[in-house]
Amino acid sequence: MEIGVCVKRVPMVGGTIVLTPDGQEVDTRMSGFTISPHEECAVEEAVRITERLGGTVSVLTLGPAVAAEQLRDALALGAGRAVLLETDGAGWGPIATAAAIADEVRRRAEAGSGYDLLLLGNEAADTGDYQVGVRVAHLLGWPCVTGIKHIEFTEGGLRAGREYRGVSETFDLSLPAVVTVKEGINLPRYPSLPGRLRAKRAQIEVYPVSPAPEGLRTQGLRVPAATRQQARIIGTGVEAVPALVGLLDELGVLS
Amino acid sequence: MTVLCLVEHESGVPIEASLRALTAARVLAAGPAPAADPALAGDAAQGGDAAQGGDAALAGDAALAGDAAQGGDAGLAGGPGLAAVVFGAGSLDAEVLGSYGVGVVHAVGPDPDPGYAPLAWARCLHSLMESVGAVAVVAAGTGRGAEVMAHLGAITGLPVAANCVSAEWDGIGVCRLVRQRWGGLLLEDAILEAPVALLTVAAEAVPPAPTPEPVPVEVRVVRPELDEADLAVMAAESAERASGASLATARVVVGGGRGVGGPEGFAPLEELAGLLGGVVGVSRVVTSEGWRPHTMQVGQTGTRITPEVYLACGISGAIQHMAGCSGAKHIIAVNKDPGAPMVSAADYAVIGDLHEVIPALVAALRERGLT
Repeated sequence: MEIGVCVKRVPMVGGTIVLTPDGQEVDTRMSGFTISPHEECAVEEAVRITERLGGTVSVLTLGPAVAAEQLRDALALGAGRAVLLETDGAGWGPIATAAAIADEVRRRAEAGSGYDLLLLGNEAADTGDYQVGVRVAHLLGWPCVTGIKHIEFTEGGLRAGREYRGVSETFDLSLPAVVTVKEGINLPRYPSLPGRLRAKRAQIEVYPVSPAPEGLRTQGLRVPAATRQQARIIGTGVEAVPALVGLLDELGVLS
Repeated sequence: MTVLCLVEHESGVPIEASLRALTAARVLAAGPAPAADPALAGDAAQGGDAAQGGDAALAGDAALAGDAAQGGDAGLAGGPGLAAVVFGAGSLDAEVLGSYGVGVVHAVGPDPDPGYAPLAWARCLHSLMESVGAVAVVAAGTGRGAEVMAHLGAITGLPVAANCVSAEWDGIGVCRLVRQRWGGLLLEDAILEAPVALLTVAAEAVPPAPTPEPVPVEVRVVRPELDEADLAVMAAESAERASGASLATARVVVGGGRGVGGPEGFAPLEELAGLLGGVVGVSRVVTSEGWRPHTMQVGQTGTRITPEVYLACGISGAIQHMAGCSGAKHIIAVNKDPGAPMVSAADYAVIGDLHEVIPALVAALRERGLT
């Protein structure tokens, strides 16, 4: 089973998000970078599948040269190959991103070891466009399903499951296919020391890509106006309990 | 000018997220500034002609598009310009849609009723989009809405603006919009320039608002012509709906984070949730540690909650978590650390150890006779 997993380098945000003074992007001078939890699970799922069925996990990213850091993180978790679709660092829209990924998939097929399955996160943590996987599938003519929390392999294909509004849904797809997954499909492992060492030494394949303008253009980012007042401290420790009971009563949840 | 809105429903009742989407779509159906209007309406009518020629329904919609354009502000009430697309509409409550300004319901099926097949739904939207000369197609930012709109974007090669909180015309084919980033913790001001504006509406952000002037609804049955390939990926749904109080709809959520300390620490929280008729939700660290399953996670990559009261115990308040709980009406934080982001984000706070405060709260509520 040849599996490609697409990940995206995004700022690691903790308790607050700080914007650059021009409001164009998240200020990352004080934060590190990571990938979205959905994508961590996509990498883990791919590694588990190849551990069971054999094959290789290739981790792909589109981003600046420094995005190699996220590829190495995935290599440390068990991916066998890493591909950087290198940009000049400018933001890319989902249409151009999907085209660059589809090109890499075709290149791999021409090399005689095409992907059977392409996994992505359901949506990126930062832009939340919810569409790169579907667009890649259309460019390749592959079947696709999104938001998946369970994958099992069947004769010639796979069965993908998710829950929607309290009802569980399953989809049968033939291979090759594109599946986007959500956190909860598995519990990702921590990287092992040998894994980290292997990742550090691994070669990363680099292909330069150039962007194309898209119809959706960001003007700027902003933090929404606070909707809540400064918190009212109603007490300290167990002595606050009577006031807490009073508050719950006042809020109408004790009836 | 026609704006199409995909409306999801359960047993004929439109889901709330779709009513929110209709509320946002109604603004677009009201049309742009009058100066830009006639040209755009003309384009729309021509687009329709080219796509389907001679069809009776088309003639109707093209005329309506013209009407809406000339009517100017009349469109603000929705009316003929706002059209819903509904799948499996056998039992649909069309009147509710009229109260949201929907003039026309394109009811897909029931024969053939494709069930939920994302590509087939997108093909139907695409063929309607062309036949009525739609200037925008809108869906709720739900799992299905996002998925179908992504397919529609791929079919048409058009951009899709996901999770919008507002959108309005700023000239011909130019839409000025605000959309959510980082699960709603940031807003993006953006310009969408496209012959047809495709967008999804953030599931919690736009309050659903009926129009003051409900319109009569005309239901048109649409029988899609679909290829076998469009139906290749189709949902098989379980007959049973999950039972019990759900995190997404609970009136009270008792949250537990790292401060709970381990899998055994949740017993008092569960007891409290039981007394308050609520459920327990957890932060991401709790599920990454394996203390509780991911189905209980509140956050950007877990469940978005909208309870009356969220009692967040031992939760620091990372961005990831706040994206999931900011829809709570009232947030009460219980935390040892007065500097925790959750404490500043909450409406009320108790500074203290949850392992002391929560058992004492449970005892006090039992004393009041709660069981």
